[in-house]
Amino acid sequence: MARVVIRNLNKKFNEVHAVKGVNLEIRDREFVVLVGPSGCGKTTTLRMVAGLESITSGEVLIGDTIVNELPPMDRDIAMVFQNYALYPHMSVYDNMAFGLKMRRFARPEIDRRVREAADILGIENLLQRKPRQLSGGQRQRVALGRAIVRHPQVFLFDEPLSNLDAKLRVQMRVELKKIHDRVGTTAIYVTHDQVEAMTLGDRVVVMKDGIVQQVGEPLDLYNVPANRFVAGFVGSPAMNFAAVNLAEHDGALFAVGDSIRLKLPPAKAKRLQSHVGQRVTLGIRPEDLRVGSTNCADGLSFPAIVEVVERLGSQILLDVKVGAISMVAAVEPAVKASVREELHLAFDAERLHFFDDSSGDAI
Amino acid sequence: MAVSDVVSRRPFARALQRRTTTRLLEDERWLAAVLLLPTVILLGLFIAYPFVEGVLLSVTDTRVGVPGNFVGFQNFEALWHDSIFRTAVWNTFVYTAVATVFKLGLGLWLALLLNRHFRGKAFARAFILLPFIIPTVLSTFAWKWMFDPTFSVINWTLFRLGIIHARINWLGDPNLALISVIIVNVWRGVPFYAISLLAGLQTINPELQEAAAIDGARPWQRFWHVTWPLLLPVTMVVVLFSVIQTFADFQLVYVLTGGGPANATQLFATYAYQIGVGTGLLSQGAAISLAMFPFLLIVVVVQLLYIRRVEVH
Amino acid sequence: MIEGAKWRRWVYFYIPLTAFILWLLFPFYWMLVTSVRPDRELYRPWMAPNYAPFWTTHPTLVHITDLLTDTLFIRWMANTLLIAVVSTLISLFCGIPAGYALSRLKFRFASALGTGIFITYLVPQTLLFIPLANIIRNFQLGDTPWALILTYPTFLIPFCTWLLMGYFKAIPRELEECARIDGATRWRAMLYIIIPIAVPGILSAGIFAFTLSWNEFIYALVFLSSAEQKTVSVGVTSELVRGDVFYWGQLMAGALLGSIPVAFIYSFFVEYYVAGLTGSVKG
Repeated sequence: MARVVIRNLNKKFNEVHAVKGVNLEIRDREFVVLVGPSGCGKTTTLRMVAGLESITSGEVLIGDTIVNELPPMDRDIAMVFQNYALYPHMSVYDNMAFGLKMRRFARPEIDRRVREAADILGIENLLQRKPRQLSGGQRQRVALGRAIVRHPQVFLFDEPLSNLDAKLRVQMRVELKKIHDRVGTTAIYVTHDQVEAMTLGDRVVVMKDGIVQQVGEPLDLYNVPANRFVAGFVGSPAMNFAAVNLAEHDGALFAVGDSIRLKLPPAKAKRLQSHVGQRVTLGIRPEDLRVGSTNCADGLSFPAIVEVVERLGSQILLDVKVGAISMVAAVEPAVKASVREELHLAFDAERLHFFDDSSGDAI
Repeated sequence: MAVSDVVSRRPFARALQRRTTTRLLEDERWLAAVLLLPTVILLGLFIAYPFVEGVLLSVTDTRVGVPGNFVGFQNFEALWHDSIFRTAVWNTFVYTAVATVFKLGLGLWLALLLNRHFRGKAFARAFILLPFIIPTVLSTFAWKWMFDPTFSVINWTLFRLGIIHARINWLGDPNLALISVIIVNVWRGVPFYAISLLAGLQTINPELQEAAAIDGARPWQRFWHVTWPLLLPVTMVVVLFSVIQTFADFQLVYVLTGGGPANATQLFATYAYQIGVGTGLLSQGAAISLAMFPFLLIVVVVQLLYIRRVEVH
Repeated sequence: MIEGAKWRRWVYFYIPLTAFILWLLFPFYWMLVTSVRPDRELYRPWMAPNYAPFWTTHPTLVHITDLLTDTLFIRWMANTLLIAVVSTLISLFCGIPAGYALSRLKFRFASALGTGIFITYLVPQTLLFIPLANIIRNFQLGDTPWALILTYPTFLIPFCTWLLMGYFKAIPRELEECARIDGATRWRAMLYIIIPIAVPGILSAGIFAFTLSWNEFIYALVFLSSAEQKTVSVGVTSELVRGDVFYWGQLMAGALLGSIPVAFIYSFFVEYYVAGLTGSVKG
């Protein structure tokens, strides 16, 4: 078991600066998820920790040792790949035993470890099969087993669930969580799926364009996003954004935009003081919007015209037009709404988010 | 946790013990060097070195047993004025061009035929490759026997069918000899074209043809607008390999006619052999062989550029 | 599919296909018939009334037995087999690592070397045979199988490398990375993981190389002089023609028997051979 420290990590591919000054401290036994859109540098960072990619500048420490110069086989890590990477010409048993054979473990010890891992993953009856005879879920388990037998200091996961169909993905997610609770090894997990990130991670690292946007526990990212990108990335359906002007009127602060005139509570107004008179971006999550019955004069709701009604069973998604802006509201299934109807959407003022227009940072 | 676990907990210590050779081979560049070394040595020794030697030979007047002196471009000048050489050049171009056109046409036709499903398809495909598999010299002898003026089965068949009334001297008639040689070359090459183009055809999505048919295209149009453009990359590569082999062909002509009659089938390679090995004029032979090179280079470069262009699209 | 009436299928498909197959296979049939036809039938001019080409009423094995006893044919077969097998092994020994290095390792001269090897594949033997003969003589390898065993790889290795590069490239990168994380050095990952997976490609390359080797002529013609050293192609050409007389019976028997080993191996590995041929073209 070990902690992983990443200091000022940079990676350049010829002219492309893929990873820019990443700093991260992963605690022993922690499950950290790197999440972000394609090309954000999360996989490159993972591969540098693994030793599959050379480091342009910065340091990676596993345990308390700087591993920059060590080849992958000497870093005491194990990796699970998106495409499973099972050796097609070997049986499941041999696949799992390969790493131990390479390190010259004794035969009985290899057998013990392989069966132990097979037991944890429920694949004891598949040990003699070849990979091509296994289903996607079974293959992924074997890939996991191959990592577990090595008892490494760190597990690395490169989008391991992306190749599975939706239902299987949900199942495997739960299994992974259970296995991590049982085995307890430090883990770094890369994914582009924010749902996986939120459900699996002890802490989540959001990355974009090679830069870490925010690090924190899942709920912190949800409730207190550090910038507009994180706010829009975490949570599904995504947060609604609108451009508004902050204007003072009658001693209170108002956010005024296209069809929107919202009165802000004093606590929020104090925080926004520095931006009075400027344009900022307003953010509100779909699940924080309700269909209200009040009119808009009191500044606690705004009018919207329904364009599409999506009935999911557990909730209803209303795709609405607020002035020229499209928004989504997630409301309870009992709400009656129809297309081209005009409603008033109400919200909890505490759940409003504001972002600086130029930097994107939360205010 | 067992003892072995504790031992395995010290990977970093073990890493330092690794031998220098293993360390070196971890480096991509060193490993590549080691892996490529035998190839580079063999190819350097038996291709690069002879090529240079060939160039050197061609600018001297070496003969077998007689070391030569530097003579500059004398050999090449002599060749330029040698009528047999000029005939050989002409013959080689005609031979290559005509044979390639027929091989491509017939090979493509055969590939299109094989692209359907029919019983015995696997057998047909296997048998069709035989002319390409069997050693050229051996099958060429069979043709020589078939062309023999006195005993030719072809003549007999044509006579019986009423197509001819006197004998055809396939290999002895200067006007026919080149044609006969081309026939054998085409016979040998069609399977290669057919199988390669068949493989290319099979990579074309059948849905494209179906969509075109629904759009109203007739078979010929479908071929010209859908199949042919998609087949072009494979075709170009096949033609490239084939042209080079045909241009430098030796075995066929050597067995069938030896270059005759009256140099009607003389090619670069057979002439080089005749001069260099037959009469022992090594330098001149080398010069003839080398004279192939510029033409080959042009053909290769043109085709490679075309392939690049087609691939980019 | 050929749409429409059944006659169309016959005209556009069955007849052309049959014609092709007959044309392509007839010479072999002719080889066979000639080998077992007695001389008096063999040397009957085609204009003669009793010329019956397509079969023989008195098949005989005399040509074949004469070939095997009166000539060095068996020796030639042995020579050719030895040379083909050893050259193929050498080419695979060089071509497998070369193909791996060029397709899976990143180093500065990778593309230059790759192009270089491709170009050597295009250099025909007839361009090099004269200077190469000199070099062989200087190394004192003339008139020995080694003259061919060492020179055949010059056209076999580029082909094998080229073909195997395609197979190696198709193996996902993750397999190697996983092996390296599991504890294998690059070398062991190549040996235990990559090469075993590429075995079909290696078989294709080997069979194709064997066939190309058996087929080679000009180097064998120029580098070998004594009758015992010759390969089948050269032996049949030079020794079975005495003076100006062609012993057609023996010649065809020789051609037939000389083709058998290659045809035999081919029949077992047709798929591999075709894969080798198409792989080299699709590159």
